[in-house]
Order: sequence, then C-alpha cells, then structure tokens
Amino acid sequence: MRIVVAMKQVPDTAEVRIDPVRNTLVRDGVPSIMNPFDVYALEEGLRWRDELGGEVIALTMGPPQAEAILKEAVSMGADQAVLLSDRAFAGADTWATSQTLAAAVRKLAPIDLVFTGKQAIDGDTAQTGPGIAASLDWPQLTFVGRVLGIEGGRIVVERYVEGGVETLSSTLPAVVTVLKDANTPRMPSLRGKMKARNLAVTTWGIADLGLDPSETGLDGSPTRVVGIASPEARSGGSIHRGSPEELAVILADLLLGEEAGA
Amino acid sequence: MDYFLSDDVKAIRELCAEIAEKHIKPVREELDRENRFPHEIMNVLADSDLFRIYIPEEYEGLGLGSMSLCVAAEELSRACAGIATSYAANALGAMPILLFGTDGQKRKYLPGLASGKSLAAFGLTEPDAGSDAGGIRTRAVRDGDSYVLNGTKQWITNGGEAKVYTIIAMTDPERGARGASAFIVEDGTPGFTYGKKEDKMGIRASATRELVFEDCRIPAENLIAREGTGFMVAMKTLDNSRPGVAAQAVGIAQGALDAALVYASQRKQFGQRIDSFQGIQFMLADMATQVEAARALTYSVARMIDAGVRKFEKEAAMAKVFASDVAMKVTTDAVQIFGGYGYMKEYPVEKMMRDAKITQIYEGTNQIQRNVIASNLIRETASGAR
Repeated sequence: MRIVVAMKQVPDTAEVRIDPVRNTLVRDGVPSIMNPFDVYALEEGLRWRDELGGEVIALTMGPPQAEAILKEAVSMGADQAVLLSDRAFAGADTWATSQTLAAAVRKLAPIDLVFTGKQAIDGDTAQTGPGIAASLDWPQLTFVGRVLGIEGGRIVVERYVEGGVETLSSTLPAVVTVLKDANTPRMPSLRGKMKARNLAVTTWGIADLGLDPSETGLDGSPTRVVGIASPEARSGGSIHRGSPEELAVILADLLLGEEAGA
Repeated sequence: MDYFLSDDVKAIRELCAEIAEKHIKPVREELDRENRFPHEIMNVLADSDLFRIYIPEEYEGLGLGSMSLCVAAEELSRACAGIATSYAANALGAMPILLFGTDGQKRKYLPGLASGKSLAAFGLTEPDAGSDAGGIRTRAVRDGDSYVLNGTKQWITNGGEAKVYTIIAMTDPERGARGASAFIVEDGTPGFTYGKKEDKMGIRASATRELVFEDCRIPAENLIAREGTGFMVAMKTLDNSRPGVAAQAVGIAQGALDAALVYASQRKQFGQRIDSFQGIQFMLADMATQVEAARALTYSVARMIDAGVRKFEKEAAMAKVFASDVAMKVTTDAVQIFGGYGYMKEYPVEKMMRDAKITQIYEGTNQIQRNVIASNLIRETASGAR
C-alpha cells in the first residue's frame, strides 16, 4: 500500500487578524502549523500503513519553509516527504493547486490512496482534495468520518453527511478527505524526530513535474480573490431585567416598535 | 540558562512538553484524586520511544544516557510528578540489569523494557529495612537450579504494574549486608503476589504496593552478578538513579514556579498586580534562583555519569538532597503566593507541594544523603584527596 498524504501549512487561525484597511490576512508573526484536518489525514495514512504494510509519503506545495510540516509528518511516522516548491507555483488557486499536487502523485506512481484533510482552515474551500481526484480521474470520497476497511482493492468508508451517515465502497486508487472524527492522531516519536532532523526533504519544481507555467500558480488559476473582509462585529444585544409581566411589556414594545419601524 | 544540551536531548524535552500539554495536564487532577495508575499515558510514552532513551542501542534502546533520563523526568514532573514517577521507576527497576546483568539477562529483558511493553520495578525496601538495607529479611535459598524466595517488600513503585522486578534478598543472613543478593523476578511467577496498594499523600498517579514472596521459585540464572553482591548492586543502582530523582524535584519546582509566575501576574490586590509587590518579587526571584541552581547541579552529575566517571556517589547525593529541598521550599512558596486559592484543590500547586515531599524521602532519605556526603568528605580528607 503506497499512500500519499497531501497537506498544507497554514497560519494558526487562532492567532490571525485581518488588516482592516487592506482586507488581507496579517500573517506577520503568526505561527504556521500543519492544517489541523491534515493531521487526521496523516494519522489515517499511518494507521493503514501500520496495518497493511507499505509506505506513507507526505506531500505539500508551498514555500521552502513549508518543509516544517513535512518534518513534523516524518516525526509522526511518515516514510518520505516531498515538497513542491517553485516560484511558478505561487498564487495558485484550488484548481492550479490540485493540478500541481496531482502531477506529483502521478510522478510518485504507483499510489493506492491519497488522504487529505476535508479542508484547510485558512481557505476553507474543501476543493483541493476533490480537485486532485478530478485531475487524476480517480474516485473521491469526501467528508469521511471513518475508514471501515481496505481490502481486495477496495476501500469502505463512512461519509458524515448532513443528517446521516453514508457508507460507501470504492475501487482503489482513490482520494479520501477526512474529518476529525476519523481517528486520534498519534504523538511524534523520538526516533521520528531524530529522523526528521536529518531528513533531506525531496523538493520538486515545475520542471520535475513536467508542467507548463500556464498550468500552475497565478497563471494557471482561473479564479481570483478580489477582496476579503471581516464581517461587521455584531452588537452585544440588550439585557432587560424584571418580572415576567414587566418583561412581556418591554418585549412587546420592542417587537411592535421594530415592526412600526420596518 | 543554556546548558548546551545535545539536539537529541532537546528533542526529548520538546516531546515530553508536548505530551505533558496534550495528555498529562488534562488528566493529572483526576488521576491524583482517584489514586489511579496512568496506563494510557505510559502507552503514549512508550509509542514516543521515551522508554528507549536510557537503554543501550544494542538492546533496542537509543543509548542517550543519564542526561536524557533527567530531562525526561524533569519535563514530565513539571506537569505531574506522579506520572513521572511511574515512568522513571522503570529506569530504577532496569538499573541493576543495565549495570550488572549478563548479556543473556540484558537480551532477555531490556528490549521489552525499551519498548515500554513491559515495565520494571526495584524492590529493596521492607517493613524493617529502608535506609538500613542490612536489615533485609527476605530470604533467597538456593535449591538445585533455582532460588526459593520468601518475604515481603514494601512501598514498591510500579508494584503490580511492572512485569520485571529486581529484588534484593538475603542469601546469607549471617553476613548482614554482605549476605544480600540481587535477583530478577517476573510477574506471574508462582508464589509471587501483590499486597495492598498504598493510599499516599502525593505522587498518587503512581502505584506503590507490597510484593509478597511465598516459596517463590525462580531460575538460578536470574541471580544478578554474584551471591553476596546485592547490597553493592542496590547502592550503585541508587547512585545512578539519584540524578533522576533530583531532576524530578527540579521539574516539580519549575512547575510550581511557572504557576506562581502566571498567577502573580493576574491576581490583583489593592488595585495592582501582586507581582508588582516587592514581597512577591523577592519570593519569585529566590524561587527561580534555587530552581536554576538545583538544575545546574543535577545536570552536572548527569554529565559526570555520561562521561564515564566511576565515582559520583557524593555528587549524586548532593544533587538529590539539594534539588528535593528546593522542590519542597519552592512548592511551599508557590502555595503561599496563591494564598487561599493555593490551599484549594482547584489549583495545581497544592498537589505539587504534596508531590514534592516524597523527593526528600524516597531513594534514600535526605538524612541518609547527608550521611553519604559527609562520609565521602571524611574519607577524602583522611586519604589526602582533599
């Protein structure tokens, strides 16, 4: 079983602010972390590798410093790490990102499974996983809360969908996007950390993937983010105190007043 | 302070801190309250390779030495000394095998201990033999290819949880301390049972239990070193484990200092933060200085051991006595800084104060440590070494 776990380095959103003037994320001084959903994707990959044998390859696209999450993946048990880094990849939307990651999966062939988090906490699109599947023309199993089994060239999963659980079986290879319900991620091990420290991360650029600049980065991106804004802060509401009778009168006045105003 | 630790040891600290944050802090209060052994956390430590660090590489360890164990024990104790005790007691139990075991004994037991799949415990203390190891009553009688053990060991850390026990028993009671021998006894051996689990003041996330031997027959090959060397095995084991107890004390004290610093920066009285009061500032400054001094002494002894220095009995005793006295003082001061809140179980410092106390008592009371230090000083003076 050869498993790719596609992951993204994201700003720790607990620490992110939005520049009120330029409507952009203020990333200065914000720590970067492995996208939290991807941690679960990694655990899922490691879990099935441990059970079935084979190897887990951690894959990411990003600037050179994105290497940090690959090393983290290796410290948790990933066998290999591949960084896709090139100026030509910069500014990619989810389409171009998916194309680029899919090209790397093709280069890593044969691959049986791609696990990735259901979405990244910075973009919140949930499109890259499905995009990789589309680009590879593989089945996609999204919002997976539990992988029930991998056997005989098939994978059986539970998708947690609105109002229920859908059990799906698919042929391999496939792309699976996972939820935090899927597992409990392991801690790094000391031997993993020692391996990660000395690891030379494989880095591939556009030439290594055999892609054309028109297919990657900003040039390969059909969509543009034209603006980003913080929602207006909601006012705190008002608190009224009194007996039920008094409050009923206040409430009626407020509702009627609002109606009159409208 | 920068102690110029190796990258491996720094990685151990980082890993232990992460485990403490994610796995230990959320449960430490509950484990303490319920007097419960931390099985889940032992599994996490095992999966993270932390039982491998002090075991040589040829026995599936990482061979990172005494310093690695000190840093792990310190960092885990910073969050919970009870859990750290359950962890570090394995090194104590494994030490007689590490120091004096045959290659066969090492091959048989150390890989399992390195993986954390089996835990170890050290059995020296008895109802009438603690600091006075010469008073051991447990007997081991040679019978053909076996030894037959009879007697009771008391207050054994990891008792009932460990799979491998290193036990000191008398093979020749007439000779007193020179008649003691060390043995390996496995959990499940017929005639080996566990007595009551103790209800302790502190380190309650560790198991402390009686070991009972009733005609317990073990293979003669489980003898460690030679007959009559048991007392020496025990003393060398304790010399080697004392920096670990010192490190545990440093960790407890650091944890209390951390908590006191945060509290003092948030608590307001008379309209100001209490860390703006010189009375509190002086306490915090003294606490931090004592913790750092204890750490420096502890690491220095660990470095001596890792450098292969043969004689470090005095220095190991100094580190243990100093660091444990610091832990008691600093945790008491932390409770004081927290005031009434510090006395309540909702805040972690009262547990730290209870936990600190044991470090002045176990693995040789601080009075015994001072005896050891003084007898070394006197001997050095008499021999002209000073």
